[in-house]
Amino acid sequence: MSDGVKQETISTWSPKIVALVCNWCTYTGADLAGTSRLKMDANVRVIRLPCSSRVNPLFIIKAFERGADGVIVSGCHTGDCHFSTGNYYARRRFAILHDLLEFTGVENDRVTFSWVSASEGNKWQQVVNETTTRVKALGPLHIFQEQKGGEAQ
Amino acid sequence: MKELQELARKLLNEGTVKVVIGYEEGPRGVRAAFITDPTQSEKLVFDKRCVQNLVAYLNPRRKHLIQLGKAAIVVKGCDARSVAGLIREKQIERGNVVVIAMRCGGVLENPANESELTCETVSVRCANCDVREPKLYDYILGVLPPEPPVNPARAEQIAALKLMTSAERWQFWTEQLSRCIRCHACREACPMCFCVQCTADKTQPQWIDPSSTPRANRAWQTMRTLHQAGRCVDCLECERACPEHIPLGLLARYVADAVEQRFAYKSCDDPSVPAPLGVYRTDDDEEFIR
Repeated sequence: MSDGVKQETISTWSPKIVALVCNWCTYTGADLAGTSRLKMDANVRVIRLPCSSRVNPLFIIKAFERGADGVIVSGCHTGDCHFSTGNYYARRRFAILHDLLEFTGVENDRVTFSWVSASEGNKWQQVVNETTTRVKALGPLHIFQEQKGGEAQ
Repeated sequence: MKELQELARKLLNEGTVKVVIGYEEGPRGVRAAFITDPTQSEKLVFDKRCVQNLVAYLNPRRKHLIQLGKAAIVVKGCDARSVAGLIREKQIERGNVVVIAMRCGGVLENPANESELTCETVSVRCANCDVREPKLYDYILGVLPPEPPVNPARAEQIAALKLMTSAERWQFWTEQLSRCIRCHACREACPMCFCVQCTADKTQPQWIDPSSTPRANRAWQTMRTLHQAGRCVDCLECERACPEHIPLGLLARYVADAVEQRFAYKSCDDPSVPAPLGVYRTDDDEEFIR
Protein backbone atom coordinates (compact mmCIF):
# COMPACT_ATOMS: atom_id res chain seq x y z
CA MET A 1 0.00 0.00 0.00
CA SER A 2 2.63 2.44 1.07
CA ASP A 3 4.65 1.45 -2.00
CA GLY A 4 1.67 2.31 -4.15
CA VAL A 5 1.44 5.74 -2.57
CA LYS A 6 5.15 6.34 -3.12
CA GLN A 7 4.88 5.32 -6.76
CA GLU A 8 2.04 7.75 -7.20
CA THR A 9 4.07 10.59 -5.68
CA ILE A 10 6.98 9.94 -7.99
CA SER A 11 4.92 9.71 -11.16
CA THR A 12 3.16 13.00 -10.43
CA TRP A 13 6.33 14.73 -9.27
CA SER A 14 6.87 18.15 -10.68
CA PRO A 15 9.82 20.28 -9.68
CA LYS A 16 9.59 23.19 -7.28
CA ILE A 17 11.69 26.04 -8.53
CA VAL A 18 12.39 29.22 -6.60
CA ALA A 19 13.13 32.36 -8.59
CA LEU A 20 15.01 35.15 -6.82
CA VAL A 21 14.48 38.15 -9.07
CA CYS A 22 15.32 41.83 -9.04
CA ASN A 23 12.43 44.25 -8.72
CA TRP A 24 13.57 46.59 -11.47
CA CYS A 25 14.22 44.30 -14.41
CA THR A 26 13.33 40.65 -14.10
CA TYR A 27 10.25 41.10 -11.91
CA THR A 28 8.89 43.62 -14.39
CA GLY A 29 9.94 41.31 -17.22
CA ALA A 30 8.09 38.42 -15.60
CA ASP A 31 5.09 40.71 -15.16
CA LEU A 32 5.27 41.53 -18.87
CA ALA A 33 5.39 37.82 -19.70
CA GLY A 34 2.21 37.41 -17.63
CA THR A 35 0.30 40.33 -19.10
CA SER A 36 1.36 39.18 -22.59
CA ARG A 37 -0.31 35.83 -21.78
CA LEU A 38 2.89 33.91 -22.52
CA LYS A 39 2.48 30.25 -21.64
CA MET A 40 5.10 28.83 -19.30
CA ASP A 41 5.59 26.00 -16.84
CA ALA A 42 3.85 26.61 -13.52
CA ASN A 43 6.74 25.34 -11.39
CA VAL A 44 8.33 28.65 -10.54
CA ARG A 45 7.71 30.60 -7.33
CA VAL A 46 8.91 34.15 -7.73
CA ILE A 47 10.49 36.05 -4.84
CA ARG A 48 10.97 39.75 -5.47
CA LEU A 49 14.11 41.42 -4.18
CA PRO A 50 15.41 44.97 -4.54
CA CYS A 51 18.46 43.92 -6.58
CA SER A 52 20.26 40.78 -7.72
CA SER A 53 23.00 41.92 -5.36
CA ARG A 54 20.53 41.37 -2.50
CA VAL A 55 20.72 37.64 -3.20
CA ASN A 56 22.80 36.20 -0.44
CA PRO A 57 24.16 32.80 -1.53
CA LEU A 58 22.52 31.52 1.64
CA PHE A 59 19.11 32.16 0.05
CA ILE A 60 19.94 29.55 -2.55
CA ILE A 61 21.25 27.04 -0.03
CA LYS A 62 18.17 27.63 2.13
CA ALA A 63 15.85 27.14 -0.84
CA PHE A 64 17.43 23.75 -1.51
CA GLU A 65 17.24 22.83 2.17
CA ARG A 66 13.57 23.70 2.32
CA GLY A 67 12.63 21.53 -0.62
CA ALA A 68 13.32 23.42 -3.83
CA ASP A 69 14.61 21.31 -6.70
CA GLY A 70 15.97 24.24 -8.65
CA VAL A 71 16.71 27.94 -8.26
CA ILE A 72 16.66 30.78 -10.75
CA VAL A 73 18.55 33.95 -9.94
CA SER A 74 17.90 36.81 -12.29
CA GLY A 75 18.49 40.52 -12.43
CA CYS A 76 19.24 43.42 -14.75
CA HIS A 77 21.76 43.05 -17.54
CA THR A 78 25.21 44.26 -16.54
CA GLY A 79 25.43 48.00 -16.97
CA ASP A 80 21.65 48.37 -16.47
CA CYS A 81 21.52 47.95 -12.69
CA HIS A 82 19.08 50.30 -10.99
CA PHE A 83 21.80 50.93 -8.40
CA SER A 84 24.51 51.20 -11.08
CA THR A 85 26.88 48.50 -9.85
CA GLY A 86 24.88 45.97 -7.80
CA ASN A 87 24.86 43.21 -10.37
CA TYR A 88 28.61 43.48 -10.99
CA TYR A 89 29.27 42.55 -7.37
CA ALA A 90 26.54 39.91 -7.51
CA ARG A 91 28.12 38.38 -10.60
CA ARG A 92 31.38 37.78 -8.73
CA ARG A 93 29.57 36.12 -5.83
CA PHE A 94 27.48 33.96 -8.14
CA ALA A 95 30.58 32.84 -10.04
CA ILE A 96 32.11 31.50 -6.82
CA LEU A 97 28.84 29.95 -5.66
CA HIS A 98 28.45 28.32 -9.06
CA ASP A 99 31.88 26.71 -8.77
CA LEU A 100 31.46 25.69 -5.14
CA LEU A 101 28.07 24.04 -5.68
CA GLU A 102 29.55 22.04 -8.51
CA PHE A 103 32.48 21.02 -6.32
CA THR A 104 30.22 19.84 -3.50
CA GLY A 105 28.14 17.78 -5.90
CA VAL A 106 25.02 19.87 -6.65
CA GLU A 107 24.44 19.67 -10.40
CA ASN A 108 25.03 22.98 -12.12
CA ASP A 109 21.78 22.67 -14.06
CA ARG A 110 19.80 23.16 -10.86
CA VAL A 111 20.85 26.77 -10.50
CA THR A 112 20.19 29.14 -13.38
CA PHE A 113 21.77 32.55 -13.34
CA SER A 114 20.42 34.89 -16.00
CA TRP A 115 19.92 38.52 -16.87
CA VAL A 116 16.36 39.39 -17.95
CA SER A 117 15.44 43.02 -18.57
CA ALA A 118 12.01 44.61 -18.07
CA SER A 119 11.21 44.32 -21.78
CA GLU A 120 12.27 40.69 -22.15
CA GLY A 121 9.03 38.84 -21.34
CA ASN A 122 9.95 36.27 -23.96
CA LYS A 123 13.34 35.67 -22.44
CA TRP A 124 11.75 35.12 -19.02
CA GLN A 125 9.42 32.53 -20.55
CA GLN A 126 12.43 30.84 -22.09
CA VAL A 127 14.43 30.89 -18.83
CA VAL A 128 11.49 29.39 -16.88
CA ASN A 129 10.78 26.69 -19.44
CA GLU A 130 14.39 25.72 -19.98
CA THR A 131 15.15 25.58 -16.25
CA THR A 132 12.05 23.46 -15.62
CA THR A 133 13.05 21.05 -18.40
CA ARG A 134 16.59 20.76 -17.03
CA VAL A 135 15.44 20.21 -13.44
CA LYS A 136 12.81 17.67 -14.57
CA ALA A 137 15.55 15.75 -16.33
CA LEU A 138 17.65 15.71 -13.13
CA GLY A 139 14.76 14.60 -10.92
CA PRO A 140 14.01 15.63 -7.34
CA LEU A 141 16.82 16.94 -5.17
CA HIS A 142 15.85 14.43 -2.51
CA ILE A 143 19.45 14.11 -1.41
CA PHE A 144 19.20 17.35 0.52
CA GLN A 145 15.92 16.43 2.15
CA GLU A 146 16.06 12.69 2.69
CA GLN A 147 19.14 12.72 4.83
CA LYS A 148 18.70 11.27 8.26
CA GLY A 149 17.45 13.75 10.80
CA GLY A 150 16.74 16.46 8.28
CA GLU A 151 13.11 16.05 7.29
CA ALA A 152 11.81 18.17 4.44
CA GLN A 153 9.63 21.09 5.40
CA MET B 1 65.91 32.31 18.52
CA LYS B 2 68.16 34.56 20.66
CA GLU B 3 67.45 37.41 18.25
CA LEU B 4 63.69 36.91 18.69
CA GLN B 5 63.89 36.79 22.49
CA GLU B 6 66.00 39.95 22.62
CA LEU B 7 63.66 41.78 20.28
CA ALA B 8 60.66 40.75 22.39
CA ARG B 9 62.40 41.88 25.57
CA LYS B 10 63.32 45.20 23.97
CA LEU B 11 59.79 45.86 22.71
CA LEU B 12 58.24 45.04 26.08
CA ASN B 13 60.83 47.03 28.05
CA GLU B 14 60.42 50.08 25.84
CA GLY B 15 56.67 49.79 26.21
CA THR B 16 56.22 49.74 22.42
CA VAL B 17 53.94 46.75 22.88
CA LYS B 18 52.11 45.30 25.85
CA VAL B 19 52.11 41.70 24.69
CA VAL B 20 54.19 39.56 22.35
CA ILE B 21 52.29 36.71 20.72
CA GLY B 22 54.70 33.93 19.79
CA TYR B 23 55.49 30.26 20.33
CA GLU B 24 56.76 28.49 23.43
CA GLU B 25 57.55 24.90 24.41
CA GLY B 26 54.48 23.08 25.64
CA PRO B 27 53.74 19.56 26.79
CA ARG B 28 52.77 18.46 23.26
CA GLY B 29 55.14 20.37 21.02
CA VAL B 30 55.19 24.12 20.62
CA ARG B 31 52.13 26.15 21.50
CA ALA B 32 51.01 29.76 21.44
CA ALA B 33 52.55 32.04 24.06
CA PHE B 34 51.44 35.46 25.26
CA ILE B 35 54.39 37.23 26.80
CA THR B 36 53.56 40.35 28.81
CA ASP B 37 56.51 40.28 31.18
CA PRO B 38 59.92 41.10 29.58
CA THR B 39 61.68 38.63 31.87
CA GLN B 40 59.59 35.84 30.39
CA SER B 41 60.71 36.52 26.84
CA GLU B 42 63.32 33.73 26.83
CA LYS B 43 60.39 31.34 26.66
CA LEU B 44 59.91 32.28 23.01
CA VAL B 45 60.99 29.74 20.42
CA PHE B 46 60.79 29.51 16.67
CA ASP B 47 61.61 26.47 14.58
CA LYS B 48 60.06 24.13 12.05
CA ARG B 49 57.45 22.92 14.55
CA CYS B 50 55.75 26.34 14.63
CA VAL B 51 52.93 25.36 12.32
CA GLN B 52 50.10 27.28 14.01
CA ASN B 53 48.88 30.51 12.42
CA LEU B 54 48.87 32.86 15.42
CA VAL B 55 47.06 35.63 13.56
CA ALA B 56 43.78 34.19 14.85
CA TYR B 57 44.77 35.88 18.13
CA LEU B 58 44.89 39.31 16.46
CA ASN B 59 41.32 38.85 15.36
CA PRO B 60 39.10 41.62 16.82
CA ARG B 61 36.78 38.94 18.18
CA ARG B 62 39.42 38.17 20.84
CA LYS B 63 38.34 40.93 23.18
CA HIS B 64 40.36 39.71 26.16
CA LEU B 65 43.52 39.92 24.07
CA ILE B 66 42.72 43.37 22.74
CA GLN B 67 42.32 44.53 26.34
CA LEU B 68 45.98 43.67 26.98
CA GLY B 69 46.98 46.50 24.64
CA LYS B 70 49.09 46.78 21.53
CA ALA B 71 50.49 43.46 20.38
CA ALA B 72 53.58 42.24 18.58
CA ILE B 73 53.09 39.01 16.71
CA VAL B 74 55.51 36.39 15.41
CA VAL B 75 54.53 35.39 11.89
CA LYS B 76 55.78 33.17 9.11
CA GLY B 77 55.40 34.27 5.51
CA CYS B 78 52.08 32.48 5.12
CA ASP B 79 50.73 34.02 8.34
CA ALA B 80 51.73 37.49 7.14
CA ARG B 81 49.03 37.08 4.49
CA SER B 82 46.42 36.77 7.25
CA VAL B 83 47.73 39.96 8.88
CA ALA B 84 47.46 41.67 5.48
CA GLY B 85 43.95 40.24 5.13
CA LEU B 86 42.83 41.69 8.46
CA ILE B 87 44.28 45.09 7.53
CA ARG B 88 42.72 44.91 4.06
CA GLU B 89 39.31 44.20 5.58
CA LYS B 90 39.73 47.04 8.12
CA GLN B 91 39.70 44.71 11.11
CA ILE B 92 42.98 45.93 12.56
CA GLU B 93 45.08 49.01 11.95
CA ARG B 94 48.57 48.64 10.57
CA GLY B 95 49.94 51.01 13.21
CA ASN B 96 48.37 49.00 15.99
CA VAL B 97 50.36 45.82 15.51
CA VAL B 98 54.07 45.08 15.39
CA VAL B 99 54.79 42.32 12.91
CA ILE B 100 57.87 40.21 13.68
CA ALA B 101 58.39 38.12 10.57
CA MET B 102 60.47 34.96 10.57
CA ARG B 103 62.09 33.68 7.41
CA CYS B 104 60.62 30.23 7.01
CA GLY B 105 61.70 27.12 5.16
CA GLY B 106 58.57 25.10 5.75
CA VAL B 107 56.98 23.67 8.88
CA LEU B 108 55.95 20.23 10.13
CA GLU B 109 52.32 19.15 10.01
CA ASN B 110 52.49 17.97 13.63
CA PRO B 111 54.02 20.43 16.15
CA ALA B 112 54.86 17.55 18.51
CA ASN B 113 56.97 15.91 15.82
CA GLU B 114 60.72 16.43 16.02
CA SER B 115 61.65 14.75 12.75
CA GLU B 116 63.19 16.18 9.60
CA LEU B 117 61.10 17.87 6.92
CA THR B 118 60.17 15.23 4.36
CA CYS B 119 57.34 14.84 1.88
CA GLU B 120 55.33 13.00 4.56
CA THR B 121 55.97 15.23 7.55
CA VAL B 122 55.88 18.67 5.90
CA SER B 123 52.68 20.64 6.34
CA VAL B 124 50.37 20.48 3.31
CA ARG B 125 50.07 24.25 3.42
CA CYS B 126 53.75 24.63 2.51
CA ALA B 127 53.08 23.15 -0.94
CA ASN B 128 51.32 26.31 -2.01
CA CYS B 129 53.54 28.88 -0.28
CA ASP B 130 55.17 31.69 -2.19
CA VAL B 131 56.07 33.95 0.74
CA ARG B 132 59.05 32.41 2.51
CA GLU B 133 60.21 35.96 3.18
CA PRO B 134 57.22 38.29 3.68
CA LYS B 135 57.18 41.92 2.64
CA LEU B 136 54.79 42.96 5.40
CA TYR B 137 56.86 43.31 8.58
CA ASP B 138 58.32 45.68 11.14
CA TYR B 139 61.20 43.36 11.98
CA ILE B 140 62.40 40.41 9.97
CA LEU B 141 64.61 37.77 11.59
CA GLY B 142 66.47 34.61 10.70
CA VAL B 143 68.23 33.47 7.58
CA LEU B 144 66.31 32.08 4.65
CA PRO B 145 66.43 28.26 4.89
CA PRO B 146 66.30 26.08 1.78
CA GLU B 147 62.94 25.32 0.12
CA PRO B 148 61.04 22.54 1.91
CA PRO B 149 60.00 19.31 0.17
CA VAL B 150 56.53 19.44 -1.38
CA ASN B 151 53.65 17.35 -0.13
CA PRO B 152 51.57 16.74 -3.28
CA ALA B 153 48.62 15.14 -1.42
CA ARG B 154 46.33 18.17 -1.55
CA ALA B 155 46.73 18.89 -5.25
CA GLU B 156 46.19 15.21 -6.04
CA GLN B 157 43.00 15.09 -3.97
CA ILE B 158 41.56 18.14 -5.72
CA ALA B 159 42.39 16.69 -9.12
CA ALA B 160 40.75 13.38 -8.19
CA LEU B 161 37.60 15.14 -6.96
CA LYS B 162 37.35 17.17 -10.15
CA LEU B 163 37.33 13.95 -12.18
CA MET B 164 34.36 12.54 -10.24
CA THR B 165 30.73 12.89 -11.33
CA SER B 166 28.38 15.19 -9.41
CA ALA B 167 26.79 12.23 -7.65
CA GLU B 168 30.17 10.86 -6.55
CA ARG B 169 31.25 14.27 -5.28
CA TRP B 170 27.97 14.60 -3.40
CA GLN B 171 28.56 11.20 -1.84
CA PHE B 172 32.13 12.14 -0.90
CA TRP B 173 31.11 15.35 0.85
CA THR B 174 28.08 13.76 2.49
CA GLU B 175 30.36 11.15 4.04
CA GLN B 176 32.94 13.69 5.11
CA LEU B 177 30.50 16.25 6.48
CA SER B 178 28.33 13.68 8.25
CA ARG B 179 31.14 13.45 10.81
CA CYS B 180 30.90 17.15 11.67
CA ILE B 181 29.81 17.67 15.27
CA ARG B 182 29.26 21.42 14.82
CA CYS B 183 31.78 22.38 17.45
CA HIS B 184 32.71 25.36 15.25
CA ALA B 185 36.38 24.86 16.04
CA CYS B 186 37.10 25.63 12.37
CA ARG B 187 35.62 29.07 12.87
CA GLU B 188 37.42 29.70 16.14
CA ALA B 189 40.80 28.73 14.70
CA CYS B 190 40.31 30.78 11.55
CA PRO B 191 42.28 34.06 11.44
CA MET B 192 39.82 35.47 8.92
CA CYS B 193 36.52 34.57 10.62
CA PHE B 194 36.03 37.96 12.23
CA CYS B 195 32.24 38.56 12.25
CA VAL B 196 31.02 39.91 15.56
CA GLN B 197 28.03 37.62 15.30
CA CYS B 198 28.40 34.58 13.08
CA THR B 199 25.47 33.80 10.78
CA ALA B 200 25.48 30.29 12.22
CA ASP B 201 24.73 31.74 15.67
CA LYS B 202 21.79 33.84 14.54
CA THR B 203 18.41 32.64 15.70
CA GLN B 204 16.12 35.27 14.19
CA PRO B 205 16.08 34.41 11.38
CA GLN B 206 17.87 31.12 11.81
CA TRP B 207 19.89 30.67 8.65
CA ILE B 208 21.81 27.62 9.69
CA ASP B 209 20.30 24.80 11.70
CA PRO B 210 22.55 24.42 14.78
CA SER B 211 21.96 20.67 15.05
CA SER B 212 24.51 18.27 13.66
CA THR B 213 22.55 16.77 10.78
CA PRO B 214 24.18 16.11 7.41
CA ARG B 215 21.95 18.75 5.84
CA ALA B 216 22.79 21.43 8.39
CA ASN B 217 26.47 20.49 8.32
CA ARG B 218 26.52 20.93 4.58
CA ALA B 219 24.80 24.31 4.82
CA TRP B 220 27.27 25.43 7.51
CA GLN B 221 30.40 24.41 5.64
CA THR B 222 29.11 25.77 2.32
CA MET B 223 28.36 29.09 4.00
CA ARG B 224 31.71 29.27 5.76
CA THR B 225 33.58 28.47 2.57
CA LEU B 226 31.66 31.12 0.68
CA HIS B 227 32.30 33.72 3.37
CA GLN B 228 36.01 32.92 3.16
CA ALA B 229 36.12 33.21 -0.62
CA GLY B 230 38.82 35.74 -1.43
CA ARG B 231 39.72 35.98 2.28
CA CYS B 232 41.07 32.53 2.97
CA VAL B 233 44.86 32.41 2.99
CA ASP B 234 44.93 28.63 2.83
CA CYS B 235 46.61 28.29 6.24
CA LEU B 236 44.50 25.17 6.93
CA GLU B 237 44.01 26.05 10.59
CA CYS B 238 40.38 24.92 10.17
CA GLU B 239 41.51 21.50 9.13
CA ARG B 240 44.08 21.28 11.92
CA ALA B 241 41.48 22.32 14.47
CA CYS B 242 38.83 19.88 13.24
CA PRO B 243 38.43 17.07 15.79
CA GLU B 244 36.82 14.88 13.12
CA HIS B 245 39.57 15.38 10.54
CA ILE B 246 37.23 16.64 7.84
CA PRO B 247 39.31 17.82 4.86
CA LEU B 248 38.00 21.39 5.05
CA GLY B 249 41.14 22.59 3.35
CA LEU B 250 39.92 20.98 0.13
CA LEU B 251 36.91 23.30 0.02
CA ALA B 252 39.03 26.32 0.88
CA ARG B 253 41.68 25.44 -1.65
CA TYR B 254 39.17 24.78 -4.41
CA VAL B 255 37.49 28.15 -3.87
CA ALA B 256 40.87 29.89 -3.67
CA ASP B 257 41.75 28.34 -7.04
CA ALA B 258 38.39 29.45 -8.48
CA VAL B 259 38.99 33.01 -7.23
CA GLU B 260 42.46 33.03 -8.71
CA GLN B 261 41.27 31.72 -12.05
CA ARG B 262 38.25 34.01 -12.34
CA PHE B 263 39.47 37.23 -10.75
CA ALA B 264 43.26 36.88 -11.07
CA TYR B 265 43.60 37.30 -7.30
CA LYS B 266 45.94 35.24 -5.18
CA SER B 267 46.15 35.76 -1.43
CA CYS B 268 49.19 37.92 -0.78
CA ASP B 269 50.83 39.88 2.02
CA ASP B 270 50.10 43.27 0.46
CA PRO B 271 47.19 44.93 2.31
CA SER B 272 46.67 47.50 -0.45
CA VAL B 273 45.40 44.86 -2.91
CA PRO B 274 41.59 45.00 -2.65
CA ALA B 275 39.54 41.96 -1.63
CA PRO B 276 38.35 40.26 -4.84
CA LEU B 277 34.69 40.07 -3.84
CA GLY B 278 34.64 43.73 -2.79
CA VAL B 279 35.51 44.99 -6.25
CA TYR B 280 34.45 44.14 -9.79
CA ARG B 281 35.47 44.49 -13.40
CA THR B 282 32.88 45.24 -16.04
CA ASP B 283 34.40 42.50 -18.19
CA ASP B 284 34.32 39.76 -15.57
CA ASP B 285 33.76 36.33 -17.02
CA GLU B 286 30.03 35.50 -17.21
CA GLU B 287 30.10 32.24 -19.14
CA PHE B 288 27.96 30.65 -16.40
CA ILE B 289 25.10 33.12 -16.91
CA ARG B 290 22.50 31.75 -19.27
